[in-house]
Amino acid sequence: MTKLIIPLLALVALAFAPNFVSAYGLGLLIGAATYVTLASAWALFSGHTHYVSLATVAFYGTGAYCMAVLNEALPYWAVLLCAGGIGATMAALVGLSTLRLQGVYFVIFSFGLAELVRQLITWYEVNVTGTLGRYIFLDISARDIYWQMLALGAATIALTAWIHRSRLGMALRVIGDDEAVAAHSGINLARVKLIAFVLSAVILTLAGAITSPRYVYVEPAIVFNPTVSFLTVIMALLGGANRLWGPALGAVPLFLVFEWLSTNFPDSYPIFMGLLFIGVVFLLPDGILAGIEKLRARRKVQS
Amino acid sequence: MLEVENLTVAYGKHIALDNASISVQAGQMVAILGANGAGKSSLLGAIGGRARPQSGVIRYNGQSLLDMPAHKLAEHGIALVPEGRGIFPGLSVEENLRLGAIPKRAREGATETLAEVFNLFPKLAERRGQIAGTMSGGEQQMVAIGRALMSNPEILLLDEPSLGLAPIVVKEVFSALTRIRAKGLTIVIVEQNARATLALADYVYLVEVGRITGSGPAEEIKSNPSVERAFLGGAVAPVNA
Repeated sequence: MTKLIIPLLALVALAFAPNFVSAYGLGLLIGAATYVTLASAWALFSGHTHYVSLATVAFYGTGAYCMAVLNEALPYWAVLLCAGGIGATMAALVGLSTLRLQGVYFVIFSFGLAELVRQLITWYEVNVTGTLGRYIFLDISARDIYWQMLALGAATIALTAWIHRSRLGMALRVIGDDEAVAAHSGINLARVKLIAFVLSAVILTLAGAITSPRYVYVEPAIVFNPTVSFLTVIMALLGGANRLWGPALGAVPLFLVFEWLSTNFPDSYPIFMGLLFIGVVFLLPDGILAGIEKLRARRKVQS
Repeated sequence: MLEVENLTVAYGKHIALDNASISVQAGQMVAILGANGAGKSSLLGAIGGRARPQSGVIRYNGQSLLDMPAHKLAEHGIALVPEGRGIFPGLSVEENLRLGAIPKRAREGATETLAEVFNLFPKLAERRGQIAGTMSGGEQQMVAIGRALMSNPEILLLDEPSLGLAPIVVKEVFSALTRIRAKGLTIVIVEQNARATLALADYVYLVEVGRITGSGPAEEIKSNPSVERAFLGGAVAPVNA
């Protein structure tokens, strides 16, 4: 029961948080909630399967663009629905054709996918619509965006918890362990991977759509910034990608660190990001949560 | 039961298996013997859907197995234990075994099958809660075989179950195979350990550099001097023998 009560209390507390912070503080809350959502959604697919995807921003950016293109034509909720649908379709198409790639090939492909989508949209905007860059003027407050992102993040973590207990979660773990053996145990690899990939992509796309009004001005170079994909991976790895709370635990501190670095060292902050990336992989390959468990186990042995 | 005809498997230009044909009858234990790189695993891989053959036919009870995805094979009663410990290292022994019972044909009797597997490998019953990745090589091989048995198979494909195991552990694994065989399960085993395998098998195929160079009942193969020289490391036969 406490496992359920504490997160729910935390959620309620977070929902009231905007009443106690400045506009800048609210911006930080939105950013943190966004990255918690992105990292958790990324881990939903990649955490157990070990398929490292750098396509986060392909979906995130697509979501943002959906909002930019459709917000004047459709009501807000319909745009979200469209964004989710487009994200799901894209993930299904991409997944069907590529999920048999393994290891580094999948990493490179997913990185290429983000670039491909970005170039396609640029090409379309320049050659067909004759513009590059769009404005999003929506009558939506920063608080609303925060609450929506908080809800999406909470839903992602709840969904992950449910998947961990389901047959789907077991299948994902087993695929991460040994794909060949999993197949020979009778697991339909393509179906399991595709379901998880699509679920994760829908959340990533929705996150992009919800947060996009904050940008006001949107163009491919802004919303398809590959840094988003890299940050998502580091955050999830730092916390522990195969733990329920791992991605959230990694996302909050890293987001705050990067926020601080990018305001204080705007030119050199990518260097720190690179160093952090290396540090995480070297020192905490399984994430903070696994590190803490190891430390505890060692103490137990000593005492 | 299982028919392989004129099977050719190539990786790029390298032909791993050239025009090989084998036949397995129900209830038989068939061994495929050969040195490293002879093409044994390619043969088993093609049957198990891991290698895509260039040409040839694979039929199981009259049905073609080509282009059948691996998870469907399990539904048809074909269980493969891949080379090098086919287990899930992060899961417990019992979880590993229970995962073997995913195919529909295995679900109903899973609890009884589990008891049978524990009966076959008492060590696994003692260690059912242990994380499989922390076990010894031989124990992991038992988990892998147990997992394959959990799918309630008609035919068991084993790829070098003795690979990298200490001789005493090899003995243990093979004695388990003897007991499995006694239950009437059809077995195809690929091995380098010719001596132990010959003692168990009914029928043997010899594979050398991608070709099947000989076949026959195990008794006959055992007493064939050239086989003794090539596969059993026996004394060199006289030149004019």
